[in-house]
Amino acid sequence: MEKDIILKATNISKQYRLGQVGTGTLSHDINRWWHKIRGKEDPYLKIGEVNDRSIKGTSDYVWALQDINFEVERGEVLGIIGKNGAGKSTLLKILSKVTAPTTGSIKSRGRIASLLEVGTGFNGEMTGRENIYLNGAILGMTKKEISSKLDEIIEFSGCERYIDTPVKRYSSGMTVRLAFAVAAFLEPEILVVDEVLAVGDAEFQKKAIGKMQDISKGEGRTVLFVSHNMDAVRQLCTKGILLEHGKVKHKGNIDTVLNLYNLKNDTYSKTLFVSKNIEVIKPQLKSVYLDENEISLNNLVLEADFISSNEINNPALGIVIYNYLNNPVFGTNSRIHNNGYIEKKCKEGKIKLTIKDLPLLPGHYFVSLFFGDSIVDFEKYEEILKFEIKNNNTTFINVPDVRFIGSTKLNNVEWNLI
Amino acid sequence: MDSKSTNDWLFEITPKNKFFSLNLKEIWQYRDLLMLFVKRDIVTVYKQTVLGPLWYLIQPLFTSITFTIIFNNVAGINTGSVPPFLFNLAGITVWNYFTACLNGTSDTFKANASIFGKVYFPRIITPLSVVISNLIKFGIQFLIFVFFYLLYYFQGASLSLNGLIVFFPFLILIMGILGLGLGMLISSMVTKYRDFSNLVGFGIQLLMYLSAVMYPMELIKQKLPQFGWIVAYNPLAYIIETSRFMLLEVGSVSTLGLLYTFFVTLTLFFIGLLIFNRTEKNFIDTV
Repeated sequence: MEKDIILKATNISKQYRLGQVGTGTLSHDINRWWHKIRGKEDPYLKIGEVNDRSIKGTSDYVWALQDINFEVERGEVLGIIGKNGAGKSTLLKILSKVTAPTTGSIKSRGRIASLLEVGTGFNGEMTGRENIYLNGAILGMTKKEISSKLDEIIEFSGCERYIDTPVKRYSSGMTVRLAFAVAAFLEPEILVVDEVLAVGDAEFQKKAIGKMQDISKGEGRTVLFVSHNMDAVRQLCTKGILLEHGKVKHKGNIDTVLNLYNLKNDTYSKTLFVSKNIEVIKPQLKSVYLDENEISLNNLVLEADFISSNEINNPALGIVIYNYLNNPVFGTNSRIHNNGYIEKKCKEGKIKLTIKDLPLLPGHYFVSLFFGDSIVDFEKYEEILKFEIKNNNTTFINVPDVRFIGSTKLNNVEWNLI
Repeated sequence: MDSKSTNDWLFEITPKNKFFSLNLKEIWQYRDLLMLFVKRDIVTVYKQTVLGPLWYLIQPLFTSITFTIIFNNVAGINTGSVPPFLFNLAGITVWNYFTACLNGTSDTFKANASIFGKVYFPRIITPLSVVISNLIKFGIQFLIFVFFYLLYYFQGASLSLNGLIVFFPFLILIMGILGLGLGMLISSMVTKYRDFSNLVGFGIQLLMYLSAVMYPMELIKQKLPQFGWIVAYNPLAYIIETSRFMLLEVGSVSTLGLLYTFFVTLTLFFIGLLIFNRTEKNFIDTV
């Protein structure tokens, strides 16, 4: 079947100049202009570094985006994820024509409307109703279109009582509700959404996500969605793009992309933790080791060496396993499952945990540890280890097109229609 | 992968604009936005004020009174048979339209950076809305001139309109386009170098003295022949002198001067548009 590509980005790059605008910029401008009138290439395009905000660079020019290529099909909901400064917002700005790319081009078969930090076009002096018209027009609607949807917009916003009051009297949540309501009733073929769900209460967030699902699934429109709210991304999106330092690190199925994103930068499996603390003042873990061979056999075998300057009364270890969405999957400690665990007083020693037949589906998991005695936690070690469950001898994982909910593998499930 | 013909794309986003593009079709699509901006500009000025739209009238009135006292009573500028107050009011009303257009449009990018940074619409809508809303403001201010004109007329002052008055709206249009062109030019440069916004502030004041607002053009040529040529090269001076001729039949009309004004206005407008178009694509990175 032929793909129905609605948006196509080829070799999108965006260069920014760092530092302040001053005399240096003027000389660069003149130099650039001098190259241009002689028909030469911009001398500053050749330089420029990968955009990593944490490391010190030598050039004043950075590439916020570099060689971005992707295609979006009609009706697809594409999640764009990445850490702060990865280039997500720059990409959306280019898509919504706020700024132009330095190189490359974007071709589109549909009108693009953006919802970047809603409510920016609001005028505090004007009433809610007047602002619906103004904001709608800024977003590209005609007066007629807005009038025909006015009642729906007011109802969706839930601000009916305040609708003829100046917006400056609104609470910030109400402003966002009103702004989102206007945008939700836009009818572009492509909707660009950036972090709008961060504000607003739980009820409204749910409503907003529902509305966006309607837009994409019900009305078949294309949505590009940027958020740090992984649950929202997972609920809404079908495909994803992972950006890192201005480059596409991965694109594809949203679950794969989210899984990769949560690997926190390391590509290898981290199964050994060694404490950097040399001085032993309070009780702590010296090192933790997760047996990778056992993981591949679907068993979790963890050994933790602890040390203390004083004697510990009944050392105890707790463990919580998180999935790639940072949701806890399960947890235990040496007191919940204490079969065979003999408590004693000691200054140092080793605690070993063995869990046979992990009920986990393939994916990446993180380990948090809590070290304490019979009364208090001395120290918590959050997400210090991670491991990957590979697609192994699990019986039904190879069945195609089965979507699982959650992270655990259910072995004894029986459905009956009686 | 994509086997469809490559030319059925609705639009394309590329690094550069076409060399010259005034996308009238797109502006037409956003006409409602233009009107809403105009409405916003007008309505919000007098929200939460007691005097409301009266504020539009107070400024030209008091400026004219001040000018009459300083330039006519103290400095003794002769305005012929026309009452000096009316002479000044005519000049100031027309001049005000120009300054309002220039002031309003010259910081288009800076003042609207927060909206422009979030959502796309043809940027030219914003300066256009300024020019239109100020035209309405000019209309209100012009009413006060009509009021005083009739007042003086019925008190027996020898006043007469010139037949050329039918071209007055055209003259005001030229004034608006000149303000818009210059404003777009300056606003584009302000995005990167704020020096220009300082320039506009006192530049407008200096320009007023060179634009024959409070004196007839003939007078400066007589009294200061060595500087008179500066005024003669100022297109604004011709507009103000001509509008006074139309309204009060005082001063002169120079066909050559008006042609010159027309030419300068169009040139400035197109240069302004060109630079504005180039700026709107990337200004958000430098503003």
